[in-house]
Amino acid sequence: MSRAEDQQKKASARNGWLLSAPALALLIFAAAGPLLIMVAYSFMVKGDYGNVKWGFSWDGWVGILFERDIFDGTLRLASAHLVIFLRSVKLSLLTTIIVFGFGFPTAWFIATRNPRARAIWLFLITIPFWTNLLVRTFAIGEILRTEGLINTLLLRLGIIDAPLQMLYNEGAVLVGMAYVYLPLMVLPLFAAIEQFDMKLLEAAYDLYASRFKVLWHVILPIVRPGIIAGSILVFVPSLGAYVTPRVLGGGKNMMIGNFIELQFGQGRNWPLGAALSMTLLVIVSIALLFYVRAINRGAKGGGHG
Amino acid sequence: MAERNFEVSRLPGFATTAIIVFIILYLPIITLMVYSFNGGASIALWEGFSLRWYEIAWNNDAVKSATMRSLTIAAAASVISTVLASMAALGTTRRDKFKGQTVIYVLINQPLMVPEIVTAVALLIFFAAVKVATGYQGLGYLIAAHSAFCIPFAYLPIRARLEGMDLTLEVAASDLYASSWQTFTNVTLPLLMPGVLAGAMLAFVISLDDVIITEFVKSGGQDTLPTYMLGQLRRAITPEVNAISTALLGLTVVMLTAFFLLTRKKN
Amino acid sequence: MTERAAVTAESVYKVFGQGAHAVHALENVSLSIQQGEFFTLLGPSGCGKTTLLRLIAGFEMPSGGHILLDGQDVTDLPPNKRPVNTVFQSYALFPHLSVRQNVGFALKMQGRPKAEIDGRTEQMMALVKLESMADRKVAQLSGGQQQRVALARALAPQPKVLLLDEPLSALDLKLRKEMQVELKRLQTETGITFVFVTHDQEEALTMSDRIGVMSAGKLQQVASPRDIYTAPVNRFVANFIGETNLLPVTAAKGGYQLGCGVIVSADGNGSTLSIRPEQIRVADSKAKGAIEARVTNLVYFGTDVHAHLELGDGAKMVARLPLPPGGDTGLMRGSNICVDFVPGAARLIGE
Repeated sequence: MSRAEDQQKKASARNGWLLSAPALALLIFAAAGPLLIMVAYSFMVKGDYGNVKWGFSWDGWVGILFERDIFDGTLRLASAHLVIFLRSVKLSLLTTIIVFGFGFPTAWFIATRNPRARAIWLFLITIPFWTNLLVRTFAIGEILRTEGLINTLLLRLGIIDAPLQMLYNEGAVLVGMAYVYLPLMVLPLFAAIEQFDMKLLEAAYDLYASRFKVLWHVILPIVRPGIIAGSILVFVPSLGAYVTPRVLGGGKNMMIGNFIELQFGQGRNWPLGAALSMTLLVIVSIALLFYVRAINRGAKGGGHG
Repeated sequence: MAERNFEVSRLPGFATTAIIVFIILYLPIITLMVYSFNGGASIALWEGFSLRWYEIAWNNDAVKSATMRSLTIAAAASVISTVLASMAALGTTRRDKFKGQTVIYVLINQPLMVPEIVTAVALLIFFAAVKVATGYQGLGYLIAAHSAFCIPFAYLPIRARLEGMDLTLEVAASDLYASSWQTFTNVTLPLLMPGVLAGAMLAFVISLDDVIITEFVKSGGQDTLPTYMLGQLRRAITPEVNAISTALLGLTVVMLTAFFLLTRKKN
Repeated sequence: MTERAAVTAESVYKVFGQGAHAVHALENVSLSIQQGEFFTLLGPSGCGKTTLLRLIAGFEMPSGGHILLDGQDVTDLPPNKRPVNTVFQSYALFPHLSVRQNVGFALKMQGRPKAEIDGRTEQMMALVKLESMADRKVAQLSGGQQQRVALARALAPQPKVLLLDEPLSALDLKLRKEMQVELKRLQTETGITFVFVTHDQEEALTMSDRIGVMSAGKLQQVASPRDIYTAPVNRFVANFIGETNLLPVTAAKGGYQLGCGVIVSADGNGSTLSIRPEQIRVADSKAKGAIEARVTNLVYFGTDVHAHLELGDGAKMVARLPLPPGGDTGLMRGSNICVDFVPGAARLIGE
């Protein structure tokens, strides 16, 4: 390589860094950097009125699963915490399953329309996708409310005498999350189904498969990458959900996100809040790693596409 | 006799399910919008058309200042993130892969991967310390945080536009005596502009919609429209919330339509 | 030296990539193109002709060697400081600018006065007959019209050398023929040195003053179209330009001996004889240098017949024999005939 070529290459890399530098600086200042500070805070001593005191302590991490007895200082399993974790995982999994159950037929329906109709249906899915999450949560909440549409209608029709209490329970959170995260499932499923070669269906029917067998043995295995992508895209934000459980679950049906917030509010236990955040981040990272591996395997293996 | 073909792509119950999904998806939003025009104070009993709740919201000082704050932050974050994302996109596309490029990608996309509540808490911790150290309490923290998490949203359409751009056009410009700077201002930037505008629109919408990070980063009296709405939860719900939501929705839809028009492929 | 060369390449090397994956695009290429010449770089794809053009334009840096323009070393100059312009294969017209703005782009970049830009732009659009299209966007033009805009744009700043990278390859056959004539006219009118890259031998033969044939990163031969055709220096050039028959020969008393034993005369150096199909004719068996051959196949071509011949030693040749009006060559598959070479047509070539 000549000197001129070498200089050209070096200059190109240098310019790449220089141009990216301002964005990286801001991201380090207001996104990535604070995460590291949070790691440090999780190992500090909790302050009496929030914040932390300097000094090393495992209490934040221990506090995730155990609580210290006020009188003798012994540790015992914090069952209230466990309930919140289990609820978060349970609701996130159920949300993913429900959303897949409704999302797959929807994605299939959109993908099998003619190109013009497809664009319109797709646009109809995209609008809620970009619409304010809080507004959508409010919208579903207003329907479910005591003074909301469903109760008013049922009362008017004389089907019930007193309004049903549909808000502020786990069911409401589940319905709300399924409602707000549905587009996140439909879009990657649609992308996968759109690539699907419909000639394969003709082949399968020709080879004596029934409709159900075609779905089970041909369609689902081939669109698997889309299913994984959609499931992760729904599961990850569900696990970290904050707005939906707060608006629809009331104070009693906290999920991890609300529990974290509590530590920085009334709980005044910043190290515990920091440790909980790190735990959530680790779980989400594992889910994303699983996703990347599954996608890569899908790309390498398999004769199709 | 009607001829019925065997349609291979038809699966039983799928179309019905899809239609139900679309109804469920839109019914709450449409209800919310409709009742924002309700004459009465109910969100379920229709008492005639009226713009009364818009008027009430408009005359509510808290709503007015939250709206102004939301728009200020969204505008600032959109400009800052788009400028930084454009530079980063120019730095990371259309050149030989260089050492550390993966680090840049990971950092840029990091806000998409970390749960928002985690970023929010981390910013709360960090900015609390900065607030004590500097004494500054202003909107700068919110603008910095919003600009940061908007960067990946602005970066994606700009990068897509750059990658779709014909490299020979810039080569041709340099052949026709344009300096690097002239090439950038006369060729690269005009061709990149639709992507930049699309990125800015997306960033604006994302910033406007944010609840969690704003809720944790804001100092006292710095409510944006979404955090104001969240704060109203404990009160009795009146169509005023619907009116604010509808206005927010309208703004989002306008921005998104502009975004789609800008990114639509020619022909 | 009578005149300074317009373009000079001095032992230019170009390597892409590194280590085991390195591709040697150009190896020790030296070349000198005269002022006002229509010079063509001809070769198959991947032979390095476009790379050489891009080195002259300044889009690539050579890995070794020097590029001179008008006697001045420009090896380290960026493209915007070189007095050469390029017509790109894809035209690379700016889609956000009108025809007029495209043509005036270079002058604007050079900061010329507005009056000069306007005047020169008009003049250029007239030269390529596109005055009526001046305010259209380039996307609204046909392929041929875009081609003309690309030409006008590159000629507007009056470059010392115009580089053309397969500019006709995107056009259909009829338009291509028209543009060949048009290009030649423009070159004669403007007197600018043209360096034209193509893989089409017919294009090269009809338009060029001189041709440089390239293969595998090396310049194989530089000569006039006639010399390239009649006196190829090696097997590659002989095969790439037109059709030819290649026969191994050994030096013998009074000429060169073919495998079948016949001694023929030939010019040049080397151990292979090249003879074009149309330079083979039917001969009397007693004539000097007559070669006995068996007709293995006859292919009818309207104006002539291609006779596939097998010589005594098994070597094969194709002869293109003219058909007498309404007639018949009288040849039959399987028959034995005698042929000889048109005097002075046979060339010896190297490998």
